Amino acid sequence: MEKKATRDSYGEALVMLAEKRPDLIVLDADLAAATKTGTFKKEFPEKHYDCGIAEANMMGVAAGIATTGKLVFASSFAMFAAGRAFEIVRNSIGYPHLNVKIGATHAGISVGEDGASHQCNEDIALMRTIPGMTVINPADDTEAKAAVLAMADYVGPTYMRFGRLAAPIFNDPATYKFEVGKGVQLKDGKDITIIATGLMVSEALEAAKALAEQGVDARAINIHTIKPIDRDIIIKAAKETGKIVTVEEHSVIGGLGSAVADVVTEECPVPVIKIGVKDVFGHSGPAPALLKEFGLCAENIVAVTKAAVGK
Amino acid sequence: MDEKLRKQLEIAATKVRMGVIEGVYNAKAGHPGGSLSVADTLTYLYMHRMHVDPNEPDMPSRDRLVLSKGHTAPALYSVLAQRGFFPAEELKTLRKQGSRLQGHPAMGKVPGVDMSTGSLGQGISAACGMALSGKISCDIYKVYAILGDGEIQEGQVWEAAMFAAHYKLDNLVAVVDNNGLQIDGKISDVMSPYPIDQKFEAFGWHVININGHDFNEIEKAFNEAETVTGKPTVIIQRSTKGKGVSFMENQVGWHGKAPNDEEYAKAMEELKAHLAELEK
Repeated sequence: MEKKATRDSYGEALVMLAEKRPDLIVLDADLAAATKTGTFKKEFPEKHYDCGIAEANMMGVAAGIATTGKLVFASSFAMFAAGRAFEIVRNSIGYPHLNVKIGATHAGISVGEDGASHQCNEDIALMRTIPGMTVINPADDTEAKAAVLAMADYVGPTYMRFGRLAAPIFNDPATYKFEVGKGVQLKDGKDITIIATGLMVSEALEAAKALAEQGVDARAINIHTIKPIDRDIIIKAAKETGKIVTVEEHSVIGGLGSAVADVVTEECPVPVIKIGVKDVFGHSGPAPALLKEFGLCAENIVAVTKAAVGK
Repeated sequence: MDEKLRKQLEIAATKVRMGVIEGVYNAKAGHPGGSLSVADTLTYLYMHRMHVDPNEPDMPSRDRLVLSKGHTAPALYSVLAQRGFFPAEELKTLRKQGSRLQGHPAMGKVPGVDMSTGSLGQGISAACGMALSGKISCDIYKVYAILGDGEIQEGQVWEAAMFAAHYKLDNLVAVVDNNGLQIDGKISDVMSPYPIDQKFEAFGWHVININGHDFNEIEKAFNEAETVTGKPTVIIQRSTKGKGVSFMENQVGWHGKAPNDEEYAKAMEELKAHLAELEK
């Protein structure tokens, strides 16, 4: 299967967007080559503004641009966009509900060799606590591009999470349609449901297929919009399959697993077993090896899911 | 500035100060000290200089003002009310549950408020964004950012200062209200930002030092800023915290405290007497 990092999809989608939206402005904080807004900069240098290594100011500048009605994307690594600039995102973008799109790349443990200082496993938790913030975590190239184009038409603050590691492109661009706030059922099943987001979706799908061969009929769901989350698809899965495993390249505290558990505990209490980074910092290493080490792979999803159904 | 205009502005500024006291007294909380020190500049901008229309507060071509020192919202609300953005009577609802007049400015709630502020150091960045956007689409509006002298201890201010100079935002004018006091004491004792003018100069700004309570100097400074091209301007105004109310002047304790009944009466009496003197 062809692979591409969703950060590349982000850069390419911005170029596609520029054709449609002459008012588009893209900001970066000295990481254009890495966040791939550099792809956009190459085509539209007059619409790309580097803010230097100053993420707090960049978020405020984005807010100011948004007050004048232009479409603005602000980009950095997840660690700095959601982490360092959190309070500016909250007070200058979230509170006035300004139409700023935050494109955060290098999320999660798959940053790899840079190590824990750059492996942001907390951004989803931080961003979903801000009232009115939409949080998107696309799974592959197709979804990432569709999400960028769709969110450009949506008015309101949006946090979009992209990865550094190349991910398999399993969605067909010819037929794929991105609907904000709508989960996507990728495989039906009646024994248990695996709910995944971002880079982990293709792993979850692979796990579900492997489980089928081992006699476990697992449903697989892709949640690309962590907030507002698709309550209906989660409640339905809880009712019909009775157990849920969540998978995310993020801390088990405050991310997808927590968001799913929030819905389930209110509506239809069933066990929710969370696969994610278990309240520890990451470390340097090649991304694929790190993902295996932290249990963020199909193999571990299979093991955890089997244990959950008692097989 | 001609004498008639100066007198009009003095009168307006005194009324703005009365609105500040009215609001903070009724709220039983708020920040009178810094509101009074910046009252003259806000009065000058909204009552004389800025291109704004109370009937069309979101007019795209309007000049914008970001009160980066957002805790002095009572002064902004008072001047907006006087300019006709909402009834002055509403100032009495400051900080009350259900009121539009939040403790710190909230855009979208109050007509005329161009940016939500309150967390110090952030407004100047938003002002940079507005100014950059204006440059990009060749709009002729001006952007004003009002900063506190304690506020510039925030690192983000200097990120923004670098940005504004780098992108040659000559449509941006920042004002530093240098009243010399912050919550914990004198700014020079707490964490000295001095020399403020040399810092901004080093960051590539055009710097003007003035007396923030002299309308002739205020006008001269904004006129000068208008002539500067290729760089942003900062006006550093020496000011008196609590200006206009004798017992509040230069008293750090009045940074964030409301007057009691007796203090309220005394403050209003002083301001009314001053107003009567001006209107003679």
